[in-house]
Amino acid sequence: MGYQAHFRVWRGDGEGGDLRDFTVEVNEGEVVLDVIHRLQATQASDLAVRWNCKAGKCGSCSAEINGRPRLLCMTRMSVFSESETVTVTPMRTFPVIRDLVTDVSFNYTKAREIPSFKPPADLAPGEYRMQQVDVERSQEFRKCIECFLCQDTCHVVRDHEENKESFAGPRFLMRIAELEMHPLDDADRVREAQSEHGLGFCNITKCCTEVCPEHIKITDNALIPMKERVADRRYDPLVWLGNKIGRRKA
Amino acid sequence: MSELERHAYDVLVIGAGGAGLRAAIEAREHGMRTAVLCKSLFGKAHTVMAEGGIAAAMGNVNSHDSWQVHFRDTMRGGKFLNNWRMAELHAKEAPDRVWELETYGALFDRTADGRISQRNFGGHEYPRLAHVGDRTGLELIRSLQQKIVSLQQEDQRELGDYEARLKVFAECTVTELLQDEDGRIAGAFGYWRESGRFVSFEAPAVVLATGGIGKSFKVTSNSWEYTGDGHALALRAGAALVNMEFVQFHPTGMVWPPSVKGILVTESVRGDGGVLRNSENKRFMFDYIPEVFKDKYADNETEADKWYTDADNNRRPPELLPRDEVARAINSEVKAGRGSPHGGVFLDVSSRLPAEEIIRRLPSMHHQFKELADVDITAQPMEVGPTCHYVMGGVEVEPDTAASRVPGLFAAGEVSGGMHGSNRLGGNSLSDLLVFGRRAGAGASAYVQGLTERPAAAPETLARAERSALAPFDGEGGANPYGLHMELQQVMNDLVGIIRKSGEMAQALEKLEALKAKAAEVTVEGHRQFNPGWHLALDLRNMLLVSECVAKAALLRTESRGGHTRDDFPGMDAEWRRKLLVCTASGDGVEASAEVVEKPQVPMRPDLLDLFEYSELEKYLTGQELTGQSGASRGEGS
Ligand SMILES: Cc1cc2nc3c(=O)[nH]c(=O)nc-3n(C[C@H](O)[C@H](O)[C@H](O)COP(=O)(O)OP(=O)(O)OC[C@H]3O[C@@H](n4cnc5c(N)ncnc54)[C@H](O)[C@@H]3O)c2cc1C
Ligand code: SF4
Ligand code: SF4
Ligand code: FES
Repeated sequence: MGYQAHFRVWRGDGEGGDLRDFTVEVNEGEVVLDVIHRLQATQASDLAVRWNCKAGKCGSCSAEINGRPRLLCMTRMSVFSESETVTVTPMRTFPVIRDLVTDVSFNYTKAREIPSFKPPADLAPGEYRMQQVDVERSQEFRKCIECFLCQDTCHVVRDHEENKESFAGPRFLMRIAELEMHPLDDADRVREAQSEHGLGFCNITKCCTEVCPEHIKITDNALIPMKERVADRRYDPLVWLGNKIGRRKA
Repeated sequence: MSELERHAYDVLVIGAGGAGLRAAIEAREHGMRTAVLCKSLFGKAHTVMAEGGIAAAMGNVNSHDSWQVHFRDTMRGGKFLNNWRMAELHAKEAPDRVWELETYGALFDRTADGRISQRNFGGHEYPRLAHVGDRTGLELIRSLQQKIVSLQQEDQRELGDYEARLKVFAECTVTELLQDEDGRIAGAFGYWRESGRFVSFEAPAVVLATGGIGKSFKVTSNSWEYTGDGHALALRAGAALVNMEFVQFHPTGMVWPPSVKGILVTESVRGDGGVLRNSENKRFMFDYIPEVFKDKYADNETEADKWYTDADNNRRPPELLPRDEVARAINSEVKAGRGSPHGGVFLDVSSRLPAEEIIRRLPSMHHQFKELADVDITAQPMEVGPTCHYVMGGVEVEPDTAASRVPGLFAAGEVSGGMHGSNRLGGNSLSDLLVFGRRAGAGASAYVQGLTERPAAAPETLARAERSALAPFDGEGGANPYGLHMELQQVMNDLVGIIRKSGEMAQALEKLEALKAKAAEVTVEGHRQFNPGWHLALDLRNMLLVSECVAKAALLRTESRGGHTRDDFPGMDAEWRRKLLVCTASGDGVEASAEVVEKPQVPMRPDLLDLFEYSELEKYLTGQELTGQSGASRGEGS
């Protein structure tokens, strides 16, 4: 059942590195991460890779496989032919630490710049009432496993180091949308999405949506509606007030 | 030594799962300068994998629920071996902890009247698990993570520094706890995974929140982080572990393909109507209802199926028996030759719910099977079998403060012991994390506030910690850590696994000794920068010491109870219920070895005993305990 596959894995560190060739056994049902682990156990014990859950739930094992941003643990070997060379490289948008491990601190910095959930002042814990239909949209965004593949793929920052300062990236623009659509959040977020977090950089190419392993419709459901709200606000500053006052009380 | 990176905090929390983050929030809110350390990135701790839900008697779906009912279910699930005070605090405080998460921004699934929805789970009398589809752990971790960020934003506004009072040190592994001459906690020592550089933290209080030990077993739902570090750190610091013989094998792990063997299939599949069948297409669980549960579980399909819509007038389906019962039943079916093609049994939800409903309620299971096994769970049954999932045993703590025997050392979450007795109910871990994480944070803060001086670690302790961590780079030609790890997993799986025998466990202990000797000689290649071989070599020491505790305690306990099943002692023995097995360690590093002694269980408080019917207590307590107990004849509803 097993076969010998040809792998090319990037090895190196912040100073530089290159692709190394490996011939390695692959068995039925395996994913790319299994093969990387086999390399560690048999040929390259110090090969650096991040992973935790091996079930697509933690978002640790992000890398690029044949140039495409993917989770190593959710990419089955069966999607490649036995003769195909599988090339595994670290995420390109973030600085390499070693081998497949990158410095993703950019994302944690951005996370901290997004104002947090503002709990409703008039409700005590246990008094929150929300309808399922009203929480579903934000729940979709909260499926995010913070793999940062969307951040890696977005052309605004991929190969554009200079934009990192002023652009939160799809994951964190989506976080703003999530809070904006939270039925009980007490803050106004629209203006800052544009002025502070770089929503305007996004030209809705949907590349982020395409790579999201959680299949979140980042562009259609988060980014475009936020852009619409920004546009609405330009015309009518009272829209926001109206939105919030109209919140459902069950 | 001069370039050693040093930090000083009031409270150091080791672990960034649910327990650690909740502890850190509490310590910070008590005014402590707090640091959180974790092996992986912030937001990726094991808690993120929890699926089914968080148990709390809010009574949103069935208003008969109350802390008393939750307490009873927890004690029954643990076969009355639980630390009853912990079970009491847990049942009373869990609802507040869940509601609090909503103030952090959590968005649970809702009931029709807009409250938090609750689902059925094994061993819980009423629908009790608050959930978000089947990704509840992610919601929990993210909500706590975002709360931490919001506290950091407050500090930024107030003090101009996000990290002034609360800082997360991610990908930083602790290898030693530091103590002063009197044994009081003085801090911790570890290394940055990224650079391999050492770092020392000076702190008078440490909260261990490091999770479990599952990586010592071959088939497990646990990730690489679960190497029992906190258990081993506590032992080496002089604390004790209790209940280490109790390891939970979750009945439903994936069995195929081989590379995903062990990955969890959430219990919600059964809670939402999924049934277990053998190769003869029989719902075999009806044949495995133990005597103690006969009045609570349906003995025929008609009644079992009615329960989903009318729980008040029907008994529960036996698929929802506590996990240990279901795991053993599956094991027996497979042994009897009635298993599925890949050595499990069938778990079927496709014939029970419409496809859209399955996708709505169990999205990540649908996704997981489709992506990893090419199985469409809306059309086909899954193949499942037992997988090592959770360790009930852990650091012995004071229930109210989470303090261990060692001054300044606290523990919460899976690394602590007692709360779940011999078997944990599904959903009771996430609630445990929050209830006791908060208590540990408060306990540690109170301890620090009560100190008149900060304990200081002797400088030679640091040098020793450094030498010990670097040992795997010395010499060459020693054992490969990956090979040793695989051997260890095989030993634990085969000889101290789901069904245990005295001879096999004795054999396991011999093999563990041999493995320890090899581990002392282990060598690794390469340098210190993000070197997984080296990391594993250090983790191995912890796994070996903790495995020894499991094997030694399991050999001593000559009865079967919850997560400890003895082929040679198949019955539950009321005398053993009164006894806890307590592990301590002597020696250091790879040489450390475990010792296990019996300790009497503290009798349950009379008002708590009164919550049970006499006829139920008779099943668990000794005659002597019962005569001392008068009030327990009152009805269940009291
Ligand atoms: C697949 C799966 C599904 C589950 N589903 C449920 C469920 O639905 N409901 C439920 O109640 N329970 C569930 N559980 C159990 C529950 O998730 C765990 O018991 C719980 O999350 C443990 O949390 P914790 O805070 O104790 O530790 P964890 O979340 O595991 O965190 C441990 C932390 O400690 C850190 N750490 C460990 N060692 C060190 C060290 N040496 N130095 C520094 N940091 C260290 C780790 O990096 C990590 O951050 C599930 C478990 C699994 C595996
Ligand atoms: S849709 Fe916007 S955020 Fe997404 S990749 Fe394109 S530009 Fe980036
Ligand atoms: S939105 Fe999707 S791609 Fe982006 S970080 Fe979250 S899970 Fe990953
Ligand atoms: S290891 Fe968790 S997503 Fe891949």
